[in-house]
Amino acid sequence: MAFSTRLVALASVSACALLAAAPAVAADVTLTIESWRNDDLPIWQEKIIPAFEKGHPGIKLNFQPTAPKEYNAALNSKLDAGTAGDVIACRPFDASLELFKKGQLTSANDIPGMDRFSAVAKAGWTTDDAKTTYCVPVAAVLGGFIYNKDAFDKVGIKAPPKTVDEFFADLEKIKADGTYVPLAMGTIDQWEAATMGYQNIGPNYWHGEDGRKALIEGRQKLTDPQWVAPFQQLARWAPYLGDGYKAQAYPDSQNLFTLGRAAIYPTGSWEIAPFAAQAQFKMGVFPPPVPKAGDPCYISDHVDIAFGMNAKTKQPAAAKTFLAWTASPEFAQIYSNALPGFFSLQSGVIEQTNPLAKEFASWRETCKSTIRSTYQILSRGTPNLENETWVEAANVMNGTETPEQAAQKLQKGLDSWFKPAK
Amino acid sequence: MAQVEKLAADLPLLPAAMVGAEALARARRWHILVFLAPALLVYTVIMILPLIDTLRLALFRRVDGVPMFVGLDNFNILFFDPRWSGHFWSALGNNLYFFAFHMLLQNPIGVALAALLSVPRLRGQAFYRTVFFLPTMLSFVIVGFSWKVILSPLWGVAPTLLGAIGLKSWFHPWLGQEATALTTLALISVWQYVGIPMMLIYAALLGIPAEVTEAAELDGVTGLAQFWKIKLPLILPTIGICSILTFVGNFNAFDLIYTVQGALAGPNFSTDILGTFLFRTFFGNQLQLGDPNMGAAIATMMFLIILLGVSLYLFGIQRRMRRYQF
Amino acid sequence: MAATARARASPLNRGAIHVVLLLYAALCLGPVLLVVVNSFKSRAAIFGAPLSLPGPATFDLIGYRTVLGQGVFVNYFANSLIVTVGSIAAVLLFGAMAAFALSEYRFRGNTALGLFLTLGVMVPIRLGTVAILNLMVAAHLVNTHLALILIYTAQGLPIAVFILSEFMQGVSKDLKDAGRIDGLSEYAIFLRLVLPLVRPAIATVAVFTMIPIWNDLWFPLIVAPGEATRTVTLGAQMFIGQFVTNWNAVLAALTLAVLPVLVLYLIFSKQLIRGITAGAVK
Repeated sequence: MAFSTRLVALASVSACALLAAAPAVAADVTLTIESWRNDDLPIWQEKIIPAFEKGHPGIKLNFQPTAPKEYNAALNSKLDAGTAGDVIACRPFDASLELFKKGQLTSANDIPGMDRFSAVAKAGWTTDDAKTTYCVPVAAVLGGFIYNKDAFDKVGIKAPPKTVDEFFADLEKIKADGTYVPLAMGTIDQWEAATMGYQNIGPNYWHGEDGRKALIEGRQKLTDPQWVAPFQQLARWAPYLGDGYKAQAYPDSQNLFTLGRAAIYPTGSWEIAPFAAQAQFKMGVFPPPVPKAGDPCYISDHVDIAFGMNAKTKQPAAAKTFLAWTASPEFAQIYSNALPGFFSLQSGVIEQTNPLAKEFASWRETCKSTIRSTYQILSRGTPNLENETWVEAANVMNGTETPEQAAQKLQKGLDSWFKPAK
Repeated sequence: MAQVEKLAADLPLLPAAMVGAEALARARRWHILVFLAPALLVYTVIMILPLIDTLRLALFRRVDGVPMFVGLDNFNILFFDPRWSGHFWSALGNNLYFFAFHMLLQNPIGVALAALLSVPRLRGQAFYRTVFFLPTMLSFVIVGFSWKVILSPLWGVAPTLLGAIGLKSWFHPWLGQEATALTTLALISVWQYVGIPMMLIYAALLGIPAEVTEAAELDGVTGLAQFWKIKLPLILPTIGICSILTFVGNFNAFDLIYTVQGALAGPNFSTDILGTFLFRTFFGNQLQLGDPNMGAAIATMMFLIILLGVSLYLFGIQRRMRRYQF
Repeated sequence: MAATARARASPLNRGAIHVVLLLYAALCLGPVLLVVVNSFKSRAAIFGAPLSLPGPATFDLIGYRTVLGQGVFVNYFANSLIVTVGSIAAVLLFGAMAAFALSEYRFRGNTALGLFLTLGVMVPIRLGTVAILNLMVAAHLVNTHLALILIYTAQGLPIAVFILSEFMQGVSKDLKDAGRIDGLSEYAIFLRLVLPLVRPAIATVAVFTMIPIWNDLWFPLIVAPGEATRTVTLGAQMFIGQFVTNWNAVLAALTLAVLPVLVLYLIFSKQLIRGITAGAVK
C-alpha cells in the first residue's frame, strides 16, 4: 500500500516538480538549526551566529525556530520526511531518546569536548544504559521566586522569606496592604501550576534527587506525605492569587508582574531577560522557602536544552564542527551571558554578568540541585504523568480537588502501567 | 486514480435513453472525464491516499520500534481500557454538546440575520453583510487572543462592560471554570461562524424569484407569515447544507480550543473534544510522545461518526426534501 | 412589486430591524476593534484602559515599529496572496467542473463518485500530514508555493463540489436542453449557461475556501517553513511566540494579518453581490 501510494504520488507530482526551478548551489555550507526557542531568535542573529561564523569561515548558520507548542509535532513530521534541519535542539529525556532510537539522531559520544559535561548534565540526553549520549547539553533552568522590591519595601518586608511560615506571613501582609496582588499565577494554562508551582516548591519536601529516585525505584509513592505536601501548599496559595486566576494565562501573569501590579512571581530563571526589559522597578529573587527553619534546601535545576545532529544531514562534518563549538567554553560564555537565566551545563565556572542570574546560580552552592520529578522514565506510559500533574496541580489550586485526591489519582495512573525496576 | 479508469470503462454503458444516438454517447464519454479528471486527480493523490495511509495505521502497533499488525485491538483499547475510554467518551460527549449548541444557536441566528438582511431596499445592506461576516474571516489566533483578553478577569473589558450596566457580580472567569468553559468556547465559535449560514441562506433568499413572492402577496400572505409559509420551505435545502456543514465542522473542530485552552483542553479536560484528543494522541504533548497508531484509531472513529451523520442526512433527509428549479 | 413591498414595510418595522442589525454589528466588530484600537496605544494604556481610544498621551506606534522593523512582513503578504489566490482559482475551476459532471450526467458510479468526493469533508487533511510531506519531498516541492496550493486545492475541493452540485441541480433543465438543441457543446453549456447562473454559489465557495487557507498555520509550518515562502499567519504566529508578553507587537501583528484578508473579502464580496443580484433579477 505504502509503496503504491508513493509510486502514484511520485508519478503525478513529478510533472509539477519540473516547473520548480532547481535550487542554486551555494559555495558555503549552510546549517539549519531547529529549535523551539523562538524568543532567542534576535540573540542568535546578533550574537551567537556572528561569533560562530567568525571562527568558522565556510559554514553559515540558519536558526529556524518553531513555536514551543508545535515544536515536537512539527519536528517529528519533518524528521520522518527527511526535511528537518541539520542540527536539532533536543528536548530532555524521552522525546529525544525516541528520536535517537528511531535512528534520527546520531551519537554525540565522539564530539570533542563532551568530557566537559558531568554525568548529571548528560542525564537528560543519554540512553538508559548510560552508554550513549546523543545530544550536546547546552543549558539548565533554575526554579525560584522573583519579587518586586518596591512592593516589599512598601509593605514593610525586610528580607525575602526563608521558611514556608514566613512566606505565608508575607503573603498575608501584602494582601492586607491591598496595593499588590500577592502572587502572580493563573491556572488556565495548567503547566504553570505544575512547573512553577509543584516542581518549584516540591523538592524541599521530597528531598530532591533522593525522593525522585525513590519514586522511580518504587520505594516511595506519590501518596506519601512528602509528595502530597507540595499540593497542600499550592492549595494554600489560592487565596493570594489575583481575582479570576482560574482564567489567568501565562502572559497575563507575566504582564501582571512586570506592570508592577503583583508582588511575587513563582517562576524560573528563564524569565530574567524578558523581565529585565519590561519591568520598571527593582526585582529580587529568592529560592523556594523550606518547610522548617534549618531544613536543607533543594532547587529545581532542570536540564532543559541540548543540540544533536540529524542523522540524515547532508553536512555531517560541518554539523559536528558546530556541535563541538557548542561544547566549548567560548560558546558557554556567549550563551550564558546573551541569555541570562539559561545556565551552561559545562563543568567549570562561567562568569555571570547579570545580577539576578548570578543570584540564581549562587543557590547551586547552598542548595542541592534536582531535575523535575516527572521527566525521567515516569512519563513513558499512558496516562502520561507529566500531563496528569499539570491537570491535578491546576485542579488543586482551583479547589476542585483536595491535595489527597490529586495525589491518589496520580499514583493510580502511574500504577496502571509503571513497574519499578527491582 | 483507479476510480477514473473504472469510470472510463463504465461510460460506454451509459443509459441510452438519456442520450439517444450512440455517436452522441461516444462524444459524451470524454467530456465527462475531462470535467472530472483534474479534481479527482488532485483530490485522490494529495488527500485520499495520504489519509488511507494514516487510517491503516489504526490496525498496527509499534512493538520495540517494529510495526505489528494487531487487527482491531487498538479499538478494543479505545473503548474498554479505562485509561483511554474515559477520555474518548468524555470527548465524544463534549463534542455532541458543542454541536447541539451550534445547531440551536448558530443556524437560527444565521437564518434570522439573513431574513432581516433580505428585506427589500434595506439601507446599509452591504455594510451589515460585511460586518457580520468579519468574524468568520479571522484566524483562530486572532479570535482566541481577542476573546481571551475580553474575558480576562485582569484586563477588565467584560467586567467593566458588565459593571456599566450594574451587573458586575455576574462576571466569572468563565474560561477557567469546568462548568462554564466549554459553553463559553461554543459561544465564541458560534460568534465566529454565524457568517457561513447567514451568507448561504441570504444567497438562497435572494435567489427566490420575485414571481413567487408577488404571487404570495396577491394571496395576502405577507411579512412573517410569508417568511414561514413561502420562503422557509424554499430555503430548506440550504438550511440542510448549513446543518451538515456545521456537523462536519464541529466534529473536526480543534483549532479554537487548542489556541485558547491548549492541547490538554483544560480545566480538567472539560473542553476536550475529539479533535483535541486526536491531536494530543497523534502528535503528542510535552513529555507525552505521539502515538500515531492510537491516534489513527481515534481518527477512524471520528471518520465513522461523521460518515454516519452525513449518510443519515444524504439518505434520510435530503432525499425527502423537495427541490425547486427556477 | 417593489412599490408594494415598500408600502408594506412600515418605518417602525424598519427602525426595529436596524436596531437589531446594529446591535449585532457591534457584537461582531467589538472584539476586532479592540485589537485594532489597542495596537495604536502604549503598553501602559493597553492594560490601564483597554476600552478607550488612543489619545495624544497614549498614542504609540511602537508595536508596528517592532513588527515592521523585524523584517519581511511584506514578503509574507505576497506569499499568502500567491498561495490563496492560486488555490482558490484551482478549487473553483476543478470543483465547478466536477460538480457539473456529477449533477448533469447520469453514468454508472455517479453516486459512488459523489460520495467518494465528500469523504474528504469528513477527515481533517491534517491527519495525512506525514504522507503528504513524504510526497512533497519526493516531488521536490518542499518550500514552494505550489506545494501549499496543491494541498489547499485538495482540501477545498470536497466542500466546493458539495455546495456547487447542490446549486447546479437547481439550474433549469429546459435551459440546458435548449442550448443542446442550439448545437452548443457540453463545454459551452457549462461555461456559458451554467456557470453564470451559479455565480452566487461560486463567490460563496470562493469566500469559504479563502478563509481557512489564509488562516492556516499547520501546512506552512510543515511544508513551507522557509523564510522565502512563509505566510502571514505563520509569520504572525511566530511573532506572538516571540513577543508573547509584548502586547504592542502582538496586537500590531494581528492587525496587519487581518487587513489583507479583509481586502480580499471586499473584492470577492462585490463579485458575490453582483452574482447574487444577477441571479435574482434574471
